[in-house]
Amino acid sequence: MPVPNDTHPKLAAYAHPERLVTTEWLAEQLQQPGVAVVESDEDVLLYDTGHIPGAVKLDWHTELNDPVTRDYVDGARFAELLGERGIGRDTTVVIYGDRNNWWAAYALWVFSLFGHQDVRLLDGGRAKWVAEGREMTRDEPTPAKVDYPVIERDDSAIRAFKDDVLAHLGQPMVDVRSPGEYSGELLHMPDYPQEGAVRGGHIPGAASVPWARAAAEDATFKSRDELEAIYQQEQGLSPSDDVIAYCRIGERSSHTWFVLTHLLGFPHVRNYDGSWTEWGNSVRVPIAVGAERGSVK
Amino acid sequence: MTAPVELPPRLAELVEDFSDVSVKERLQLLLELSEELPALPERYSGHRDQMEQVHECQTPLFLAVEVAADPDRTVHLFFDAPPEAPTTRGFASIMQTGLDGEPAAEVLAVPNDFYLALGLGEAVSPLRLRGMAAMLARIKNQVRSAG
Repeated sequence: MPVPNDTHPKLAAYAHPERLVTTEWLAEQLQQPGVAVVESDEDVLLYDTGHIPGAVKLDWHTELNDPVTRDYVDGARFAELLGERGIGRDTTVVIYGDRNNWWAAYALWVFSLFGHQDVRLLDGGRAKWVAEGREMTRDEPTPAKVDYPVIERDDSAIRAFKDDVLAHLGQPMVDVRSPGEYSGELLHMPDYPQEGAVRGGHIPGAASVPWARAAAEDATFKSRDELEAIYQQEQGLSPSDDVIAYCRIGERSSHTWFVLTHLLGFPHVRNYDGSWTEWGNSVRVPIAVGAERGSVK
Repeated sequence: MTAPVELPPRLAELVEDFSDVSVKERLQLLLELSEELPALPERYSGHRDQMEQVHECQTPLFLAVEVAADPDRTVHLFFDAPPEAPTTRGFASIMQTGLDGEPAAEVLAVPNDFYLALGLGEAVSPLRLRGMAAMLARIKNQVRSAG
């Protein structure tokens, strides 16, 4: 039995409303069989201080990344991670997290690389749930282990590598970092540990649209109209465009990938997870500095 | 080979506590420490302008260092980080528990990479640990500049 979608009118306006749920909806579905709630945070301890009842923790740094190669886990490890959390291939997964769902969006994107069909974000994330005074618990659920099939990751549709970006120069790209990082004044985002890049600036031709412009004050996504005004009217992107989004390591651009793909319905958006920590360290790749998009000579 | 530097006793104890337990238990220990971080005394609460911001932490952390005028130049540490940043609070609490009340010379002698011995890299990821290195560096700078 498929789990029904949240029919909240705000969500109905988005291109793929089935990808979002409201806090009201989730509060009513917590006991629902076939629904798994996953918390994915910036802060590795935040889940342990209290979480949505029944939610399991999935950490991006320590669990979704391969511990050796700069890459995501493989199909076998992904199956293990999900299976031990009681998540099956048919489970409806609702992901939420801190910092406007950054890492939650990242986790959702990784789930999508493995083609998990029904994965949704909690609109407003952890902050909204907490702000509404909804129930939190420290009890860790003990889900029965299930068999999640080993699925090969498909990086072709929604993930871009450096060579893909080189071949894409001149076509639409969105740089979602802060204006200082985009112009090259800063090598990392303000108030954040840096992974280090030896050059500052942006990929020539990329539009600067800081990811947070898509988020409202309460950490929910802005309305469809507001998002169209930013990405389509202001930046001139069109749903038929082939778009690559990037940031520093691909976490903030997952948020923008989600907006373009699921809220605005662009079918061809890729996230370049190598992002600036790869591009800004690569030999002889073109770089533009300053506030202008620049172009490849 | 140089002789291993002796850490201040409570910091050495913490390092031992962490290295004695499993990776999962280390997170639990860090969580407990984050909850024990003392609240700011009145002279700092609401006065972030009198504190130094540790920019390297994922979440804004504010730090104040006082060096007493006694012969030991006893160091006192004060931290402020929001409850939604338990990892940062845990790191601050390690510093507070391990270094508060120590003589300035002892604080300055703590190796900059002491935190590697906590074995937290696997539990929280090396990237997240950078905030701790930055915290210690800023504490030492303030102790030095306090004359």
